[in-house]
Amino acid sequence: MRARGLARAGQPAAPGGADGARRRSQDWLGPVRAAVFVASLLPLCRLVVLGMTGGLGANPVEFVTRSLGTWTLVFLCLTLAVSPARWLGAPPAIVRLRRMLGLYAFFYGSLHFLLYIWLDQWFDWRAVAADIAERPFITAGFAAWLLMVPLAITSNRFAIRRLGSRWQRLHRLVYLLVPLGVLHFWWHKAGKNDIGEPAVYAAIVAVLLAVRIVRRIVAARRA
Amino acid sequence: MLIRKTGAHPILSSEITPRTVYERRREFIRTAAAAALLPAAGGVHAGRADQAAPRAALATRPSPLSTDEPRTSWEDVTGYNNFFEFGTGKSDPAANAHRLRTRPWTVSIEGAVAKPGVYDIDKLLGLAPLEERVYRMRCVEGWSMVIPWVGYSLAELIRRVEPLGDARYIEYVTLADEQQMPGVRSPVLVWPYVEGLRMDEAMHPLTLLTFGLYGEALPNQNGAPVRIVVPWKYGFKSGKSVVAIRFVEKQPMTTWHIAAPREYGFYSNVNPEVAHPRWSQATERRIGEDGFFTRKRKTLMFNGYADQVASLYAGMDLRRYY
Repeated sequence: MRARGLARAGQPAAPGGADGARRRSQDWLGPVRAAVFVASLLPLCRLVVLGMTGGLGANPVEFVTRSLGTWTLVFLCLTLAVSPARWLGAPPAIVRLRRMLGLYAFFYGSLHFLLYIWLDQWFDWRAVAADIAERPFITAGFAAWLLMVPLAITSNRFAIRRLGSRWQRLHRLVYLLVPLGVLHFWWHKAGKNDIGEPAVYAAIVAVLLAVRIVRRIVAARRA
Repeated sequence: MLIRKTGAHPILSSEITPRTVYERRREFIRTAAAAALLPAAGGVHAGRADQAAPRAALATRPSPLSTDEPRTSWEDVTGYNNFFEFGTGKSDPAANAHRLRTRPWTVSIEGAVAKPGVYDIDKLLGLAPLEERVYRMRCVEGWSMVIPWVGYSLAELIRRVEPLGDARYIEYVTLADEQQMPGVRSPVLVWPYVEGLRMDEAMHPLTLLTFGLYGEALPNQNGAPVRIVVPWKYGFKSGKSVVAIRFVEKQPMTTWHIAAPREYGFYSNVNPEVAHPRWSQATERRIGEDGFFTRKRKTLMFNGYADQVASLYAGMDLRRYY
């Protein structure tokens, strides 16, 4: 379903009059897409404004890095929430927002990783490599980011056409990378026993994955 | 050399900020902060910190043990804290610590001493002359500050209570009162917070029984009314709002060591060569001083106090005794 949704997003609008309902859904899709695009930039704009007004607190680098990490998780959860929302009766066209949400997750995740490499490690590649190899929470975060790369690269129309059914299989990596992202956050906080916030994300992701499993089981029984 | 040696470099009178200017420093900082622009965290910190009743000024004398590095601003020292009894967020202590009542307050001296007893805070304050000690403070999380503490060497108190032969360690216990400290209801740590030192560490002149900072009584979020500061160890060794000091024979079980033994050892000396399991300790970010795009500075062995304290650990494997 996922592949179909995204593939459709890449295709030109249905010819006029062919499908009235679809047509109507596209009337609102354009503005909604623009609104989601702008809204998704707000977390970044907030950080820039806070940075210019001295509002990032005593440890600005930590503040910004953590904020970018949090928003990466938020966008990953939103991406995973699209299909369940659709099953719960949201208009089918919302699947066309999914690619943008996924790319925003990659965007914030990449900024998060860049800040770590730049401001925390100052491009000391050996230290970065050692961190990734030795520290499980960084290993998990890096793996999650790495798995996002092929998904971002193949999110365009050309790749969808070219990969065909393999595209869908490839994009199932999302079910692996999102839990890795949560694990990264969890392990980061676990040393200080401060797992309240990671637990919220873990619960949300667990629900989003569980509804998929339940749906499959129900579908298999019916078949 | 960052540390002034006794007598070698007397403070020039030209270096001392005139009292009238010094007394208006917070007004100056506030004006500067307002000019730098109003909203968000900085302003909130300052506002919260200043809502509390005015703190008593403490008469101090300078100490040769002070560093002359630039001091971290009052706002950052009092607004960016780890004090889990008031919440796990860095700004939680400044927001919640106004509930702490610091008078009446007593510190109970217990265990292997000739003169155990319950000491009133005001009696403790007058036990020895107060000094201003400007110390580096290195948090285990990888950030650091320079803080002008006010207090006297813990050794002054220890000598007066006359430790017995089997007093080999001290453990200091900090307040854990749900009524005053909302964080104590959360199970993040085993309360009360306990930290400890070997007796020679506790007796070292750098180890400070601390009552104030920036020339005033400690703000609550910094561990009022009395705390311990051990500048060559990671910040969490410096217990806040101390209610008891026990003289014991066995190495105490300390709070963070109980919570995560692999991550936080009993010694926890600042050591750039021994990494924390989740991050390197080789570098640090100096709060307020290092800009957003500044490379982190190298962390110094024993936080730069190696000349004074390295001998305490001669022959010890500091990787094993982290």
